[in-house]
Amino acid sequence: MAEARFGARTRPARWDVVHAVRCYGHIVRMWIRAALAYPASFWMTMAGNLAASGMDFVVIVVMFLHTRALGGWSLPQVAFLYGTSGLTLGLADVFVGSMDQLGVRVREGSVDTVLVRPVPALAQLAGDRFALRRIGRVLQSGAVLTWSLLRLDLSWTPLKVLVFASLVLCGTVIFGSVFVGGSACHFFMADAAEVQNSFTYGGATMLQYPPTVYARDIVRGTVFGVPLAFVNWLPALYLLGRDDPLGLPSWFRFASPVAALLCATGAGLLWRTGVRSYRSTGS
Amino acid sequence: MYAAVCVRSFRRYSTYRAATWARVFTNTVFGFILTYTYIALWHVRPHLGGYDLSAAITYVWIGQGLLSLLAVGDLGALADLQTRIANGDVAVDLFRPVDQQRWWLAVDAGRAGYQLLTNALVPMLVGGLAFHLRLPQGPALEAAASWAATAVALVLALVVSYALRYLVALTGFWLLDLRGIQLVYYLTSCFFGGFFLPVTVFPPVLETVARALPFIAVFQVPADVFLQHYDAVGTLGALGVQLGWAVVLLGLGRLVQSRAVLKVVVQGG
Repeated sequence: MAEARFGARTRPARWDVVHAVRCYGHIVRMWIRAALAYPASFWMTMAGNLAASGMDFVVIVVMFLHTRALGGWSLPQVAFLYGTSGLTLGLADVFVGSMDQLGVRVREGSVDTVLVRPVPALAQLAGDRFALRRIGRVLQSGAVLTWSLLRLDLSWTPLKVLVFASLVLCGTVIFGSVFVGGSACHFFMADAAEVQNSFTYGGATMLQYPPTVYARDIVRGTVFGVPLAFVNWLPALYLLGRDDPLGLPSWFRFASPVAALLCATGAGLLWRTGVRSYRSTGS
Repeated sequence: MYAAVCVRSFRRYSTYRAATWARVFTNTVFGFILTYTYIALWHVRPHLGGYDLSAAITYVWIGQGLLSLLAVGDLGALADLQTRIANGDVAVDLFRPVDQQRWWLAVDAGRAGYQLLTNALVPMLVGGLAFHLRLPQGPALEAAASWAATAVALVLALVVSYALRYLVALTGFWLLDLRGIQLVYYLTSCFFGGFFLPVTVFPPVLETVARALPFIAVFQVPADVFLQHYDAVGTLGALGVQLGWAVVLLGLGRLVQSRAVLKVVVQGG
């Protein structure tokens, strides 16, 4: 054990990343095998997740039975927001969603075990109880997104394809950062873990509806505060060719990669602070 | 004795301060998000479903307030019963000279009382500061009657919700993994109870389905009583529907329980 640790330390930093990713992969594979050991339970919970995330869309469809536009956006356009919001949250949830159990582990004192193993704590905790069933949300949102893209008939250009690809990638990174950053806060306030849900699930619900629906100050908060607007609102303005309710400079619509980078850095720093300030419960 | 259990339960839940405030915060955030989507919809269609804008916004905040009180997302105090069924401690409970259903109702009532003072009241106050909410109106007597009817409706809603959750928890005697059934319970009760959207906004077929299910007695009915959706006779009728469901579901709970206890095998040693 000591040798392995020593070995990891003397390698250049990029090997640490490779090592972490490899360990994460091992843990993830183990949990997938474990989940598939009970196939009936696995498929039922996955179908349940699919239905649970679909319920939000049913609500949107019921709303559109009474109107042709919500906040000036049509159903396919809102479906685009719904699909991208769910897809990116779903992917982030699949990869690092287990981390919101950190508060429980801090209370139980089981973080100690994690910290003494020669594997980065982040890789262990992100892979812990990896739940493949969460892919239900990804599939359901992906289906809605596909439908909306077929109905919207965007005239695709290479730039639009690039912006769309960056939307999915950067959106996932931003939500993933919120998960990691939020979980890092569990080190300081283990009992208040639920606050995180406001930003992850609450944020994703907010992004399902057009920015024109909300008060301007709230939209401003998602641009300059917790930068959720960069997940799908801002790129969608470009892709769907809509006006910005805030009247921001047009380069904001392409700035998602910058926002994602800032989020990831912020989450990383928060995580580091959290781990370093961790005090065991002592039991 | 059941009163004492209720008071202790209230105190027990009041020790989780940080968790409570986290929940209050989350409910409030969701309240704001939902309010804006409702405003967008009612802006295009004023008086949709028989609610004006102010009533629709109030509907959202009642929903956020009652979400924790009625334990829609989790099983409330019955999560403990579920754990005790899963690990076998329920065998000890069955030896006690108390009625299980009443015991847990007392525990859940204590929990709900605490939620009323925190999770129901605080989001409502915040919502009331940010938006114009509709309180019971009319002459003093009428408004007072509405408040009283709301209180009764709320108690009945809690009993119906408790009876439903009791049934969900009892399935633990047969099923090992309750996640699936809990999710089904959560989704059906939220949707058909009217937590997402009032059932009057549903397409006619879905509304008929919703009206035939007990979930409506959990949320839509108390909200409508508060919003003075019914006249005096209608209010009594609505409370009657709640009472009916409470009796039926509690009875069903007893029936299932009498079957379930036959399954309990106490290991000696």
